[in-house]
Amino acid sequence: MLSFKICDIKIHKFRTVDEAKIMKNIGLAIFVILLLVGCENNKSFKNSLDKAQISESDIEYFQNLVGDTVLFTVDQSGLRPDAIGILNAQVNWLKEKKFLPITIEGHADEQGTREYNLALGARRATAVREFLLAKGIEQDRISIVTYGKERPLRVCSNEECWSKNRRAVTVVGKKIVE
Amino acid sequence: MVRHSVLKLLKIFSFTSILFINFSFVAAQKNDAPQLDMTVNRGVIKPISLAVPSFIKESGANSIISRELAKVISNNLDSTGLFKSIPQSAYVSMPLSFNTPVQFSDWSIINADVLVMGSVGLKPDGRLEVKFRLWDVSQQKEIGKGKQYFTNSESWRRISHKISDTIYTRVTGEGAYFDSRVVFVSETGPKDNRTKRLAIMDQDGANFRLLKHPPSLVIAPRFSPTTNKIIFTGYETGKPRVYLMDLSSEEITSLPELKGMSFAPRFSADGSQIVLSMTENGNTDIFINTLSTGVKRRLTTNNAIDTAPSFSPDGKSIVFESDRGGGQQLYIISTQGGDAKRISFGKGRYATPVWSPRGDLIAFTKIKEGKFHIGVMRVDGTKERLLTTSFLDEGPAWAPNGRVLMFFRETPGSAGAPSIYSIDISGRNLRKIKTSSFASDPNWSQILN
Repeated sequence: MLSFKICDIKIHKFRTVDEAKIMKNIGLAIFVILLLVGCENNKSFKNSLDKAQISESDIEYFQNLVGDTVLFTVDQSGLRPDAIGILNAQVNWLKEKKFLPITIEGHADEQGTREYNLALGARRATAVREFLLAKGIEQDRISIVTYGKERPLRVCSNEECWSKNRRAVTVVGKKIVE
Repeated sequence: MVRHSVLKLLKIFSFTSILFINFSFVAAQKNDAPQLDMTVNRGVIKPISLAVPSFIKESGANSIISRELAKVISNNLDSTGLFKSIPQSAYVSMPLSFNTPVQFSDWSIINADVLVMGSVGLKPDGRLEVKFRLWDVSQQKEIGKGKQYFTNSESWRRISHKISDTIYTRVTGEGAYFDSRVVFVSETGPKDNRTKRLAIMDQDGANFRLLKHPPSLVIAPRFSPTTNKIIFTGYETGKPRVYLMDLSSEEITSLPELKGMSFAPRFSADGSQIVLSMTENGNTDIFINTLSTGVKRRLTTNNAIDTAPSFSPDGKSIVFESDRGGGQQLYIISTQGGDAKRISFGKGRYATPVWSPRGDLIAFTKIKEGKFHIGVMRVDGTKERLLTTSFLDEGPAWAPNGRVLMFFRETPGSAGAPSIYSIDISGRNLRKIKTSSFASDPNWSQILN
């Protein structure tokens, strides 16, 4: 049983992009080793990948520096220019992390009914998925899920919060197996 | 105001003006009874004054049950807004025996219109025997025939509900709804980290019980009209998916044909089919699923959002919401497929349509100018009436008699939370249902057997 302590690389906050890049390279180096060693035994490789997939450093880097969240206009699922910038960064990062599965969560604000918002969240998640697919991310890495208005990030009842809740979040290292 | 016979009561659910109210026919009414009209100012209805003395204790019954039987009946009837119980402290006498003649003067002096007389006894085999009679005080006549019930003592509340249903039906001419239950979502915790659990209670909020299921998110449970089952949406796999739960064993079954993302399920009136929405490639459409065969049939192919479907009681049509015309509106489609016909045309967005069990009306959620409303309209889309308004009112559910709706109302802000309310379809009598936690997504059962 292989065990890599990738999770031990603690990166709580990156101060600068350069610092983050250095850390990212360290992370990449370790993944390469993991890939090489893992090739000796496919079963163990798979097991260790499960651990590697949830590496805190990767997740934090992706969340904070790449950007895991894109926002949407009220009742819309079209990708805005600010979203496309973030998604391009996601694509670049995901192309480096070829083994990482992702789940795209679609969310809505509280200003709609539950069922409609589930459908709207699905549209938003799908819009992101389509973008990633078009940019060459492999289809079998991507799961999507809608939460509708069930999982608000912010709790106030005005546009300041609502604009943050109308979102699609790319969660790395997670794949939904039905 | 004319002192009237309670046998000729108001047609309270008149769809048109509520200012002039006709008396409706009552099953127990005699043909030669005089017809009186009652004029009600500004839609204010004078409730029927009701006396429900504690039930008379017979052989071995305890006084708590004799008191509680009467109390539950009073509460049920008061909750309709059509009756008003006279407090027992105002009574000038208490009935001592079930069979002695009623002293009508003792009840007319406190202005009681209707008197409910009951008794409760404990049989040697441990069953409760409950009897009741209903009296029209001014006419000094019995309304309908006396009834007798036997039950195990734990089920005494249901006897109160059945008696309440009998009184309500005899006096108003409307269908029963008290002996019924509500399945809903119990919510706890902060707004950005809610725990949601399936729960069940009697329609009056009593006998609250959480149902057992995995801790993942659950949404909108709905009763089977024919079996002791519910259908709901759960996130156990990580995606929203429709499941069945048997209420007696609390065993959950998934429907393999509904893999992917499926939600918003409802049963057909005969319980054999469910209608729901499924999302494929980001597009949400309506499907009908036959439970016995697991065969799934697509009903809509539009690339708009088609969701929140509900069967007509005759099983021939589905009402649903769609944004195919640009915004959320209501449509009706045959269960055999074909073109959908738009029925809502007002300003704002229409959502969550639910077909009345009587078949005459469709209840819906409407979003207009930042406010949410619960409303009803006729099946052809005419006679739209909004019954409520607030920051967020959503998800109407019909009482089994098609005359009362429950829905949930969520308060705004960071401490905002949902509660279940009921309202008469006349728009009167908005009431909050007391629950021990936040509560949303109510669904009302049929009358229990």
